[in-house]
Amino acid sequence: MFSKNRKTSFYILATFFCLFVFFLYGPMFAIITLSFQGPNGGLTFPMNGFSTHWFSKLFQEQRVGDFQGSFSRSLTLAVIVMVATVVISLSAGMAFRKKFKFSNSLFYLTISSLIIPSILLTLGIGLLFDRLGLEGHWYTSGLGAHLTWTLPFGLLIMFAVFNRFDKSYEEAARDLGATNWQVLRFVLLPIIGPSLVGVGLFGFTLSFDEFARSLLSVGSKNTLPLEIFGMTTTVTTPTLYALGTLTTFVSFSIIAICFGVIVILEKRKKKFGDDSGKGLI
Amino acid sequence: MNIQLQILPLLSVLVLFLVAPVVIILAVSFWDYTEFSLIPDFVLTNYIEIFESGVTYSTYLNTFKFAFLGWLFTVIIGFTLAYFLAFHVRTLRWQIILFLICTIPFWTSNIIRMIAWIPVLGRNGLVNSLLLELGVISEPLEWLLYSDFAVILAFVHLYTLFTLVPIFNSMMRIDKSIIEAAQDMGANSLQILINVIVPLCLPGIAIGTIFVVSLIMGDFITVQAMSGGQSASVGLAMNNKRALLQYPAAAADAIILLCVVLGMVAILMRTINIRKEL
Repeated sequence: MFSKNRKTSFYILATFFCLFVFFLYGPMFAIITLSFQGPNGGLTFPMNGFSTHWFSKLFQEQRVGDFQGSFSRSLTLAVIVMVATVVISLSAGMAFRKKFKFSNSLFYLTISSLIIPSILLTLGIGLLFDRLGLEGHWYTSGLGAHLTWTLPFGLLIMFAVFNRFDKSYEEAARDLGATNWQVLRFVLLPIIGPSLVGVGLFGFTLSFDEFARSLLSVGSKNTLPLEIFGMTTTVTTPTLYALGTLTTFVSFSIIAICFGVIVILEKRKKKFGDDSGKGLI
Repeated sequence: MNIQLQILPLLSVLVLFLVAPVVIILAVSFWDYTEFSLIPDFVLTNYIEIFESGVTYSTYLNTFKFAFLGWLFTVIIGFTLAYFLAFHVRTLRWQIILFLICTIPFWTSNIIRMIAWIPVLGRNGLVNSLLLELGVISEPLEWLLYSDFAVILAFVHLYTLFTLVPIFNSMMRIDKSIIEAAQDMGANSLQILINVIVPLCLPGIAIGTIFVVSLIMGDFITVQAMSGGQSASVGLAMNNKRALLQYPAAAADAIILLCVVLGMVAILMRTINIRKEL
């Protein structure tokens, strides 16, 4: 295990790891492939030709429900949730660095938000709005429901970040006369920037794909995951897979963009953050 | 003052969309109802009906079965993967790359990931075709999809990440000199694994357990989609009552489920300090 040469255990574990990755991605690639079925192809292999027929079907409305409407609602909501998650998590994460009254209670309340059964939460939000005589919308009750899911992740990441954060950077800035705002803008944000992008990634993707907490909380207009789930019972053509492929593509694009931004921010950090060796000789 | 302002957004979201909904569910669980309307009241009939019905117990038993099997497989697989990443992959760069490969599917849609099993496990799916081709079976296996097997498989597929991440985190924090010390004392790999690594990973295993158990206990969509409506879970039963507009009955179900889940998590929480583990 810890010797210089690879042992049999390494190869066994490596094989196990590869099998798991295959298990993780295999089904996804199956539906991506099948979404390019020919016009006469069905829901299973073999491929019956190769076409983008089922993708074009998606854009003919009525046939497969309100795909375009739900898609744009989900995309907009995901962006709002992303921004809100980053701002609220950062703000709360900074507060938790100091001791304050009920700090533990607030922490456990946030954890409860994560472990509470989604069906209960979405039922409660639906009932709440109903009883208050308010109409639920994806951008009000739906937004709130999604935040109960993304904020705990955001806060946990902020804890992990601040547990590793060296306070002396801020102290140095303050000693040099920086205001609170300047410390935030020129010291804190550049250092934890990459992690904040990570928080944003969680906010966007978890919202974009959220089904359970959306179910009774988004009002009369469906978000995309609800629309997709509705389709599983009504649509029996590869259109379903085409939609899956498209959604997965959006998710992958967001992940790629976030990783790209994180790499750029890390490079900037290295470039501007360290001037050791450049001082007076 | 400043701190109050900083926690205000988080607190407002949690009060409005977590506390208030739970309070209203608690209230509604004591209400009466007819086929058409909810009647504000204070009756215990919703709870009594639940406790008197034999279905409740079999549903809970089935849900516990899912939770236990899902937990067992996700912990074993998550631990094995984390162990490989932490102790057999040598460079940080490759650790990060392989870790991300495991993480990426988490950021894609659960619904799609479930649908994706249809062409693989279905009657005419890839697995059946392959097995028929090889002559292992003479008829397609019916239990691959829309069965308890499929439900557990989906849980493992969806939630192994939740055990992998905290266990990997625990492993990366183990001081390498502890392992060297064990080696110097003559311990072999297996002894190190059992006597050093597993005990030090218990906090990570506990956090993973909290995630997986609470996700499975409250699940309804995976059970519905993967069992094809043939298996029961507490969340699914609740959703069915909700669909029949029996809100007070569903609310009472929800409160009992909440107590069960919080009770299980509270026991697990006693063993660890989450804030220190991050």
